[in-house]
Order: sequence, then C-alpha cells, then structure tokens
Amino acid sequence: MKILQHIGRIFLAFLATVGRLAPFMGSAAVHCVRPPFYPRTVLRHMVEIGYYSLPVVGLTAIFAGMVLALQSYTGFARFSAEGAIANVVVLSITRELGPVLAGLMVAGRIGASLAAEIGTMRVTEQIDALTTLSTNPMKYLVAPRIIAGLVMFPFLVLVADVIGVYGGYLVAVYKLGFNPANYLQRTYEFLQAEDVNSGLVKAAVFGVIVTLMGCYHGYHSKGGAQGVGKATTNAVVSAPILILSFDYILTEMFFAR
Amino acid sequence: MTDNQPKLRLRDVRKAFGPKVVLDGIDLDVGVGESLVVIGGSGSGKSVTIKCILGLLEADTGSIHVDGEEVVGIASRDRERINRKFGMLFQSAALFDSLAVWENVSFGLLAEKKVNRDQAKEIAASKLAQVGLSKEVGEFFPAELSGGMQKRVALARAIAADPEIIFFDEPTTGLDPIMADVINDLIVKITREVGATALSITHDMVSARKIADRIAMIYEGRIIWSGPTAEIDRSGNEHVDQFIHGRAEGPIKMAVRA
Ligand SMILES: Nc1ncnc2c1ncn2[C@@H]1O[C@H](COP(=O)(O)OP(=O)(O)O)[C@@H](O)[C@H]1O
Ligand SMILES: [Mg+2]
Repeated sequence: MKILQHIGRIFLAFLATVGRLAPFMGSAAVHCVRPPFYPRTVLRHMVEIGYYSLPVVGLTAIFAGMVLALQSYTGFARFSAEGAIANVVVLSITRELGPVLAGLMVAGRIGASLAAEIGTMRVTEQIDALTTLSTNPMKYLVAPRIIAGLVMFPFLVLVADVIGVYGGYLVAVYKLGFNPANYLQRTYEFLQAEDVNSGLVKAAVFGVIVTLMGCYHGYHSKGGAQGVGKATTNAVVSAPILILSFDYILTEMFFAR
Repeated sequence: MTDNQPKLRLRDVRKAFGPKVVLDGIDLDVGVGESLVVIGGSGSGKSVTIKCILGLLEADTGSIHVDGEEVVGIASRDRERINRKFGMLFQSAALFDSLAVWENVSFGLLAEKKVNRDQAKEIAASKLAQVGLSKEVGEFFPAELSGGMQKRVALARAIAADPEIIFFDEPTTGLDPIMADVINDLIVKITREVGATALSITHDMVSARKIADRIAMIYEGRIIWSGPTAEIDRSGNEHVDQFIHGRAEGPIKMAVRA
C-alpha cells in the first residue's frame, strides 16, 4: 500500500509540474518571437553556451569516437566484419552519440548555471523589480536564453560529429592499422544527409530542453539559498531524463518508418 | 475626477496562499501627495499588500483603485501603463547584480526607450547625486557596495522615472541606526521634492514617525487602526500600544510558526 501511495503522489506531482510547465513554455515561445528583443543578452548566452562548452564537448566526442572504433573492432572481429568500423563510427556519432553526449554534458554545465542565476534573481526580488521597471521577465530573462540554446546546441553537435569521427579515425589508423584513405572513403560512402540532419534536429530540441529546464526551475524557486539549490538540482536531474526520452521519441520519428 | 479622490484606494482586498489567509479584507486610502506608513509585525502581510497593488501578486477579491482606475484583474497592457506611475524600493534592494550601478538606476528609462544610453548615464548621475552618491559610484557593480549604499542606489532607481507613487518596503531594515536615519531623511526629502505620494511599510517605529503623515496598523490581515502620526501615542488601541512600545505582553500573540 505504501508503495502505491508513493507512486500515486509522484504521479500527481508530475501532473502538477506539467500543468505549470505548459503555460511557461507557451509564454516563453510567444516572447521568443515578439519584440522587443534583447540581442546583446542572446549573444552573451550564445557565447556562454557555444564557445565555453567547446572543450567539454570536444573531449567527450573524441573519446566516444575512439572507444567506438575499439569496441566495434573487437566485436566485429568475431565475424570478420572489421571493414564496417568506419560506418559504425560515423553513423553512431552523427545519429546518436553526438547529440546525446553533447546534450548531457552541456545540460550539467548550462542547466545548473541558468537555474542558479535565475533562481537567485527570484529569491532576491530582482525578477519582481524587472516587472516594476517596465520589463517583462519572461522576455528579458527566459526568451534570450532559450533562443541561445536552440541555436548553439546544433553548432556544438556539428563540432562533436567532426571530432568524434576524427577520434574513430585516429584509433582505426594508428592503433588498428587501417588504411587512412580507405577508412575515410568508407566513412563518406554510407553517410547520408539525413543522418547528420536528424542529429542536428535532436540537438535543437535538447537545447530547448536544457535551457527551458534551467529557466523554469530557477523562475519558480522560492525560499532563499536552499530553494535555489533545490532548483539547480531539479534542473540538472530533469534535463537529462527529458533528453533521453525525447531522444527515443525523435529516433522513432526519424528512422522507424 | 474630483479633488478629493485618493491616489490609492483599497477596499476589502483579500489574498490567501492555499489555506493560509494573509490579507483578510484590507481597506486603505492614500491621498494625493500624502505619505502613509503601514506598520505591523513580520509576516503580517505588509509586503503582500504592496505586491497586490503592483500586480506582482493577484488579489483574490476586492478592489484596488489607482487614480480612480480599477487595477484588480486589469489587462497586462493597462497594467504596464499603470506601473509607470509607480516606483518601488524593495526590501532587499533587488539591484541587478550583472549590471553596473548606473545601468541599474536608469534601467526603467532604457526599457521604455525614453532615452539613449548617454542620456541615461547622465540621468543616472543626477539621480545618484539626489541620494548623496557621487558619479563614480555609477561605474561600480552592486556587489561592491555596502548595504546602505545599495539601498541608496535602489532608492535612486525607484525615483529615476519620476514616479507619482513610490512604495518603500522596509527601507531601514538591516541598516545601522545612523544609515537608517540617512535613508529616512532621503525619503522625506525626495518625496517632497518630487511631490510624490508615498506608501511605506515598516516595523521600525523610529522610521515610521519620521516619514509618515499618517500611520495605519495591519494585524491579522486587516487594518485595525489608522490616524495622523501625532495621534499614534494616544490611539486608545491596545494592539497599537503594544506594537509601538515593543512589549511581548499584550493582545498580539506572536505566531510561533510563520
Ligand atoms: N508567494 C507566496 N507564497 C506563499 N506564501 C506567501 C507568499 N508571499 C508571502 N507569503 C506568506 O504571507 C505572509 C505575509 O508575508 P509578507 O507580506 O511578506 O510579510 P511582511 O508583513 O513581513 O512583509 C507570510 O506568512 C508569508 O509566508
Ligand atoms: Mg515584508
């Protein structure tokens, strides 16, 4: 009985969150397209999300590509299919690992900082102050950050794709002794535009998820420093879960036809 | 519009958070050019009252008139127009910590696109001068200032757009007595200079006596007494007497849990 009660309570809390999140999303979307815009704020967050995430995304991608080449080599050697390594690497990276790993890594970085920044503004009445100074906080705080996420995540994933494939190439050529020209040719051969594009669409969705979760939890934080801490935790926990579930949904939409 | 129409008029304003009733029928008038101070204990709903007037919280029922215009349930476009009449000094100063002091002061002017950045900087300097701060302070960031200076910057920001009504939420709380007196003097001076109507809330009686033309006391979500500042010592109201003398014994029982 206890467990059922517990599950029921979690389910109700989930519904309540969805009920509050929907109008927040709607309002954010409206403010993203309606002037006034804040280009300087958008730019600042594009640099914050795009440029400063490059090291962590690059490192994640290169190791992912390297491991992928190594794993598929040892696995495929069992049925003499080593030649397929290049395909496995490029398809896994562009379709799946690029967007998901970059999304998860940046979710921690950006989601936490957005939730902490906006949450602090909430509990120190700065968001109320915006309203009294003829400025809509959804437009001034939330919309620019979501736009920056929407634009910069695909850029990051494109970088991750290139670096990830390069990681696989390094291992294949220098450790496993593949012919470089041959490997690159097999990489291009099977790659289709849709593989890369689907990854970029995923990235854009993940960018919205991460920034939205950071802003939403920060915006609704209450009760001082502890409340801001809780908002930060909620943002970095909810974003990866949403990323992985939307990853499945989007993959199903793209490839399961 | 008649001459004796109050600037602000609250009638039977109610606000509850879930089961917890905070405002239980507030009636309040603030005349044109008047300085009214609402006193009351912590958690008695003083800030909530102001936030209802500003539209930061929506009153559950009741009516709030600004210059005779109903603002409860008002459309957001009209709300923006009404809020241009207001200036607000927040309890925690609420300065934007990512912006320099001068950008804080002129934030509302820049948001309304009334001025360009050069003009905004000049106006910020003159407003800072009004609260006794030098132009150089404008280049600092809020985190680099002491609490008293932050309050003064927040005061400069509240008056930057020459508001008709200024709200002061506990302007002296957290300041040493001398700095508190400086702020009180500034409030009196500035509201006179600008000719603004002022609604302040505080639990600091020294401050209340200094800045108020009239004092009202809030208790259990209602205004239980109001009258000219000079009459507060002979209000004949036990609650008021207990509050202004700061006695633990009396009809007001402190809620142990907020
Ligand atoms: N947004 C809110 N949600 C829930 N309760 C609130 C909210 N704002 C204020 N309260 C409650 O209302 C009561 C009055 O708060 P407030 O007006 O801030 O008191 P004060 O008179 O000290 O300014 C407090 O008990 C507070 O917990
Ligand atoms: Mg208060």
